[in-house]
Amino acid sequence: MSSLVPMRESVSFAIVGTGGAGAITAGSILLEAAGRAGWYGLLNRSVGPQIRGGEAAALVRLATSPAVCMSKEFDILVAIDWKNADRFIADMPVSADGVVVADPASGAVPKALSENDTTIHNCALKELAANIPGGRENMISVGLVAGLIGLSLESLMAVVTDKLSNKGNAVVAAGRDCIRTGMAQAAEYEQSYTLKPSPIPDEKRWLITGNEAVGMGAVRGGVRFAAAYPITPATEVLEWLAPSLASIGGALVQAEDELSSINMIIGASFGGRPSITATSGPGLALMMESLGLAAAAEVPIVVVDVMRAGPSTGIATKSEQSDLNIAVYGFHGDAPHVVVAPLSVADCLFTTQWAVHIAEALQTPVIVLSDQSLGQARVLIERPADVAFFANRKTWQPVEDEVYTRYALTAGGVSPMAIPGVKGGQYTADGLTHTVRGTPSSKQSDQKEQMDKRRDKIDAFNFGDHWGLTDGEGDTVILTWGSMSGPASEAQNSLKSEGINVRLVALRQISPFPIDAVEKALEGATQVLVIEQNHTGQFYRHVRSYMDLPGEVHQFHREGPNLIGPEEIAAQIRALISDRKTS
Amino acid sequence: MNAPQFKAKDYKSNVDPIWCPGCGDFHVLMSITKALVELGRAPEDIAVVSGIGCSSRIPAYTNCYGFHGVHGRSLALSAGLKVARPDLTVLVMSGDGDGFSIGGNHFLHACRRNVDMTYVVMDNRVYGMTKGQPSPTTEPDWDSALSPGGTGLSPFHPLVIALASGANFVAREFSGNIKATTKTLVEAVNHPGFSFVEILSPCVTFRPDEKEWKNTVHSASVEETDDPGRAARRIMTDDGMNTGILYRGHRKPYKAQVSDELGDIAPLETAFEV
Repeated sequence: MSSLVPMRESVSFAIVGTGGAGAITAGSILLEAAGRAGWYGLLNRSVGPQIRGGEAAALVRLATSPAVCMSKEFDILVAIDWKNADRFIADMPVSADGVVVADPASGAVPKALSENDTTIHNCALKELAANIPGGRENMISVGLVAGLIGLSLESLMAVVTDKLSNKGNAVVAAGRDCIRTGMAQAAEYEQSYTLKPSPIPDEKRWLITGNEAVGMGAVRGGVRFAAAYPITPATEVLEWLAPSLASIGGALVQAEDELSSINMIIGASFGGRPSITATSGPGLALMMESLGLAAAAEVPIVVVDVMRAGPSTGIATKSEQSDLNIAVYGFHGDAPHVVVAPLSVADCLFTTQWAVHIAEALQTPVIVLSDQSLGQARVLIERPADVAFFANRKTWQPVEDEVYTRYALTAGGVSPMAIPGVKGGQYTADGLTHTVRGTPSSKQSDQKEQMDKRRDKIDAFNFGDHWGLTDGEGDTVILTWGSMSGPASEAQNSLKSEGINVRLVALRQISPFPIDAVEKALEGATQVLVIEQNHTGQFYRHVRSYMDLPGEVHQFHREGPNLIGPEEIAAQIRALISDRKTS
Repeated sequence: MNAPQFKAKDYKSNVDPIWCPGCGDFHVLMSITKALVELGRAPEDIAVVSGIGCSSRIPAYTNCYGFHGVHGRSLALSAGLKVARPDLTVLVMSGDGDGFSIGGNHFLHACRRNVDMTYVVMDNRVYGMTKGQPSPTTEPDWDSALSPGGTGLSPFHPLVIALASGANFVAREFSGNIKATTKTLVEAVNHPGFSFVEILSPCVTFRPDEKEWKNTVHSASVEETDDPGRAARRIMTDDGMNTGILYRGHRKPYKAQVSDELGDIAPLETAFEV
């Protein structure tokens, strides 16, 4: 291999194979080992709807600084086999100076890859694995990639030993032999994609998915009860919470459907326990009526929607940002509530913890709009900082001679909530329009007073400076929200290296809409490009219902499953700027 | 027996029920409060949870903590409450429409889950709040504006379904028999796991024929059993007016619960370290 190639700041690779072939495991081992070597990284899974035997690919990007999204092209693609490759191979192009490694015994390289100039190496993965007792092709792939990117055997073996030692020494030894064999193969190739070494961090990095980060954020925020109905791509939130809550004295209950899970968390929260559930679009649709109950009865709950391509069953394993409308506008009646969206995988933790804090402080439902691209991505990050947001509900304590009024009108709109067990605090929480005491009423004055109260408490709340982020200078602005912040930020960085300064404004707080903050962030803008991953531009319409955008306004949005990438965003900006110059 | 610590009035609120004069639910409210006196728990340690319908108005008529939720979901809400707060006594109050139609699926799974709480369904075989439509327990030939000539559908058999789904305690009572109903409710609350009590509670407005129930109900002439098959056979072959405790099982209640002592989350964080 050539020693003249400069070392890289970032490298991307894909390991593909039939579901069950171990492609995801191989990618995960490489990612974790990279973390031990001091690098950052991101792993996305590309999986088909089949449980076994469909396609599976680990898409990994490693970098010397935190990686926020995948790159458009891959440097390395290792195919354990090509089964069902036609379904996904178009989504993982290999760069012109990249390399494809495949076993000729698995069939011909798909045309999409063989037709361009990419180097293709034949590697008899099956045979090599067969020659090692207990050898597996996916572990040879680990060695191949490690060799090409300069990841040490030592870092890999630390991970392999952790993961496989419970299966016996022979399995660990087989893994090591496979990795060595793969590395030896890679050493024979003239290409190399060596990643610049990074210092080993003082504090251990975290390896975490967005879905796990949601769970951890909930727990840090004080959640001790969850109800669960499985749904792709949110299930991992619940699967992480089940043992985690049990280990800290909390509980997760698997419900019979989402109608049940939403009501279980309302019941648990009524009992004084901060509570959460996680779902995806179809489940959120089922929960709508009861979300309205939580708004009307003023019960704090957090619902995490890990969005997927819709409508209806849509594409369950692929990402979209298309539930903004239902999350913000889906409630019947006038039901003020809060909607927030994490800006990155790591931010899933902060945003969920913040959501718990808001729900508890305001006694209102909060919806967190994560999505598949965040939820199922696994990243290497620094340990998320501790923040002071903790469930802090204003509760009622008995005062002599005071008759408790659950829905009393207060200055901030939030009234103290009595928790069952507290003497003298008995009241009936009700979805019926009620008086300050909670007694059902159909009077105009009660309807107005209670509606004003529920509106005012959200209006009066100090959301701090967490509404979103604004970064960079320039009168051209990318305006986006949630998960699209990552690709937008990467586009901003690459444009900067070309001398184009773009401002990024990304919203975490979707509703109530932070008008003042956004107006300030957009000051002086002459061009605004609104980016989002959905078919109709839901975010754009939402923004426009609150404010006019300055300057020329452009939209770039697309439905899933193909994620909008940084290259596309950068191309849009370049086009806008050149149009302006020529006009 | 010690003198009761609480009186019936301690469990009643000053909110006037919206029920029609003569409604069986007045009697159910009386039986509930009498049972609570007998159970002797403080009103603040009791939660009464309901859905939507005439019978579901009952929480606000008690002086306990109450939750009047959405239609059909009381069993889910109450399961969350009981798991989160195992120290509370949880009563779930429903009707035949709320409990068996829109809430039918939750009924099956509540029986399976066996959370330690008591489910009372006031069965009047009609939707009263919406002014007289057939419910799952209505006779197939009962004529109404919504289903002229009757639904033609076989009535839902709640007690058998409860047994088949794993309920731990199954009983039927008649609202007018306050003494018997009170006794059964006390037994139901004291029995571990999910207890189901169907109370035949006439709707005198839309089902005046049900005024006759006071003459047709009769106490079960056989002893209760812990054999669900035997209980199911009896219930399937009786005339539907048989009252008393019909089944008492021994399944262990649902075990997950939230503890007051909350553990350290540091080990959860450490697990993410590479």
